[in-house]
Amino acid sequence: MQSERIMSTIALHDEHNHDHADHGHHKETLISKYIFSMDHKMIAKQFLITGIIMAVIAMGLSILFRIQLAWPDKNFPFLETFLGKWAEGGRIKSDFYLALVTIHGTIMVFFVLTAGLSGTFSNLLIPLQIGARDMASPFLNMLSYWFFFMACVVMMSSFFIQTGPASGGWTVYPPLSALPTAIPGSGLGMTLWLVSMVLFVASSLMGGINYVSTILNMRTKGMDLWKMPLTIWAFFLTAILGILSFPVLVAGVVLLVFDRSFGTSFYLSDIVMGTTILPNEGGSPILWQHLFWFLGHPEVYIVIMPALGISSEVISVNSRKPIFGYHAMVYSLIGITVLSFIVWGHHMFVTGMNPLLGGVFMITTLIIAVPSAVKTFNYLATLWRGNIRFTPAMLFAIGLVSFFISGGLTGIFLGNASLDINLHDTYFVVAHFHLVMGSAAIFGMLAGVYHWFPKMFGKMMNAKLGYLHFWLTFIAAYLVFFPLHFLGLDGVPRRYYAFTEFEFMKKWLTVNVFVTWAAILAALAQVAFLFNFFYSIFKGKVAPQNPWESNTLEWTAPVEHLHGNWPGEIPTVYRWPYDYSKPGHDADFIPQTVPFSQTMSSNLPHDFEGNAEAEKIQQDWEIANPVVENKG
Amino acid sequence: MSLRKFITNKTTAALAVLLTVFANTRAFAQDAAAAAAPKVDMGEVYKSVIFYILVFLAVCLFIAIVGKALKVYELSREAQGKEGGINWNRVNSSLFALFLVLGLYGVYWEYTVHGAMLLPDAASVHGKRIDDMFNLTLIITTIVFIATHILLFGFSYIYKYSAKRKAYYYPHNNTIEKIWTIVPALVLTVLVLMGFLTWRSIFFKPEDPNHKPLQIEVTSEQFKWSIRYPGADGIVGHRNYKLTTASNTLGIDFSDLKSRDDLLADEMVIPVNKPIKLILNSKDVIHSFYMPHFRVQLNTVPGMQTIFEFTPTKTTAQMQEETNDPNFKFLFFCAKICGAGHYNMQKDVRVVSEKEYEEWLAKQKTYLNDDLRKQFNLPVAPAPIKSVADTAAKDTAAVKTNQMALNK
Repeated sequence: MQSERIMSTIALHDEHNHDHADHGHHKETLISKYIFSMDHKMIAKQFLITGIIMAVIAMGLSILFRIQLAWPDKNFPFLETFLGKWAEGGRIKSDFYLALVTIHGTIMVFFVLTAGLSGTFSNLLIPLQIGARDMASPFLNMLSYWFFFMACVVMMSSFFIQTGPASGGWTVYPPLSALPTAIPGSGLGMTLWLVSMVLFVASSLMGGINYVSTILNMRTKGMDLWKMPLTIWAFFLTAILGILSFPVLVAGVVLLVFDRSFGTSFYLSDIVMGTTILPNEGGSPILWQHLFWFLGHPEVYIVIMPALGISSEVISVNSRKPIFGYHAMVYSLIGITVLSFIVWGHHMFVTGMNPLLGGVFMITTLIIAVPSAVKTFNYLATLWRGNIRFTPAMLFAIGLVSFFISGGLTGIFLGNASLDINLHDTYFVVAHFHLVMGSAAIFGMLAGVYHWFPKMFGKMMNAKLGYLHFWLTFIAAYLVFFPLHFLGLDGVPRRYYAFTEFEFMKKWLTVNVFVTWAAILAALAQVAFLFNFFYSIFKGKVAPQNPWESNTLEWTAPVEHLHGNWPGEIPTVYRWPYDYSKPGHDADFIPQTVPFSQTMSSNLPHDFEGNAEAEKIQQDWEIANPVVENKG
Repeated sequence: MSLRKFITNKTTAALAVLLTVFANTRAFAQDAAAAAAPKVDMGEVYKSVIFYILVFLAVCLFIAIVGKALKVYELSREAQGKEGGINWNRVNSSLFALFLVLGLYGVYWEYTVHGAMLLPDAASVHGKRIDDMFNLTLIITTIVFIATHILLFGFSYIYKYSAKRKAYYYPHNNTIEKIWTIVPALVLTVLVLMGFLTWRSIFFKPEDPNHKPLQIEVTSEQFKWSIRYPGADGIVGHRNYKLTTASNTLGIDFSDLKSRDDLLADEMVIPVNKPIKLILNSKDVIHSFYMPHFRVQLNTVPGMQTIFEFTPTKTTAQMQEETNDPNFKFLFFCAKICGAGHYNMQKDVRVVSEKEYEEWLAKQKTYLNDDLRKQFNLPVAPAPIKSVADTAAKDTAAVKTNQMALNK
């Protein structure tokens, strides 16, 4: 009702509008609408669907190597059917196993959790939540998607070449990744990996520059920085992180290309393959690690920050409560952004980097836990005395907080250089980052999909299938990753093809079987999501204007998509986005577009930010309308 | 009244459908199993992909029918004019409460069952410090983990939606926020300081000229390790990768006199309670020298020597007794992805008394053999071979004197 009233006030201005809505009547062809679209909403959907496809592929790869880990001495004929010579006799080969983990990691980190998450929600929400007609550069935005698409195609093409995909781990440390004689995957497969990564970085830069310039320049009237939803803050800081760190990866990649193809020695020195002495001298493999992790660590925050932004919004809306400590949330995001640039060395404690540096990086790393802790406590405080609606999005947001806590706490072990000595490159690390970065970020993404599906497709997803999807995934994810910590604490290294060669690892074989079944359960649970997603696009219930009774601007835009988002004038913003359950107001939410003059009964002194005139008006009104004590 | 009847009919019908389907799926699974049992080995059936796909489809069908039944139920409630069907907020919040209880039990189970399967206590001096640090961190994080999860799922349960209630408008409280910024900061400061001191004590050891550590050089390559002991002079000689040949696989430079007495070993045997200085090299790609029982790990990097010093405190025999496992052995293996054989790149480590160590050392061969002598234009006459034996004997003697000196 509230929102309808607002819509009608906006509609009043429509007659004066000759601005952008008319452009919506351009003749749109199939190609300009669905393929080379420059509409941010369509590009968001392209990113999302590509991301989902890549996620399904990467999940499939993980099931393949989980099968190998659980039953290292059994044959699965169907594997040979699918994989041919890489699984001769129905058993995955050990170098192909490494290719599987490498490509699983690469796809998940870059293609799903960076492009699929930031690409989807930054594109969808930035213009809609700040009140802009589109991105600052729609053309660049389109290019960003198509570069991403090409990167995906190139990466996947490496499965169809003789020597197989890159297989040096997703961090592709040289010399392993530089020398085809060290592992077959470092041949053409690695070249394709590097090409794909350059395309990907180009895509992400075009996206990032667009996001930053849109947020800084195109906010609607009244939308000052401190009235932006936390989603926008998160996307904004994520984009800055990406812009500053991704180019460093390209620099590293270019040097690696030189080493591989032009005989330079940036990363190579003193190498003997068998008895063949290589001519490279003077390089250092450690240099790659510095360059890689200078991106690589900010990258994990590029992955998690949008998820945190999304969950802030979803938790606040569904708790029907303002997010607790909005300013603290923003400052902690800024703190994480700044600190994330000076912690990369914690990936290198035992690489032979000077131990003095190890000490320094340990300090910065553990400091970054403080803003993360603040965020967690603020989420808890937001739930406290809320009126929680368990929409599927809310379930996933709560799941995210749980994973973020679990994975964050194990980070305190790994960030401590002296503990890292024994935990480095073990399953403890695998468990840690799959919880804090993998599961938490994917839950953020799923929360976003369930929450903004009505905005993307104008339809509702089935809530009950959403519940089923959440509970199966949430339980299965813990069943997969919790036991893995203990393997790590027993000194089982990651990226081992089989546990059969070590006596002390054999006791973990049954755990591996259990974990594999849990992983299969998690994968099958995604069928509930995929069905729900694609079915609802076509057959879902038509979405109402504001299905979650949310305050943010995107829900004032019509359900039917327009190129330009709003018919008529862009709505003006008067207040912050978190006025939920404000005392004195009849509804439990007040959208950002409602001026304080319409909510005299619920205004607080704080709302006027020291504007004396407004405070005076409010005081006069309060004297004229004394509060009647409401009993009960 | 007729409506109610209609509804009860529908509900029963839905339940009946549900039951039949459930029974059918069960029966189907049993049929499939039964049909297969007499002819082929059960293992084949379970391997069959089609079987699993069919099971999965049956589960999907089951879920779809449950979904339909729920829909029918809810619609009928609506038609009846009652407040819409199942209260999903209640269901989900209760599931969170249940998850909390089961989860806490699960964590307890993991800590006690899987927690009992971990590495034994550290067998080195610095390893003990690492274990203490670990235990402290574990206690702190476990408390935080459990407390925050009780709050998270507890709040989810308590504050579930009710149309009668309005949430408490509570946008911020600077005092609380300050407290929960400062408290974690303080706790982390303690952890950082302790970690920093532990780290320094491991990597910045003051050199004691009277108590020189025993040097052992370990060189990694795909997919094996080579171990070189220093010989009588106590110093491993110079290595130059450019000298690598089929007979000199490590590229030892024998023009360096210190190399000539170096010994090659199949396993790593070290004396207990003596500081060991590991000199780590790699021939081809990066590997990681990982010796978890001693809490030792350091990457081996081509073109760059890395060094780790540690002191073992328990012999293998002691460990076998402590772990009640007569087959217990120390070992080191590769922890950095290095290629197809990464998963099987290990060597045994034996920690022994000093006496046993010396006896073992005396039996080891020098790296320098006749082939290499020819290659480096060193005399290979019968006489020098004797002298080699002599040197070896001298070596052990020298080691003995060294060790005696150390004991003093």
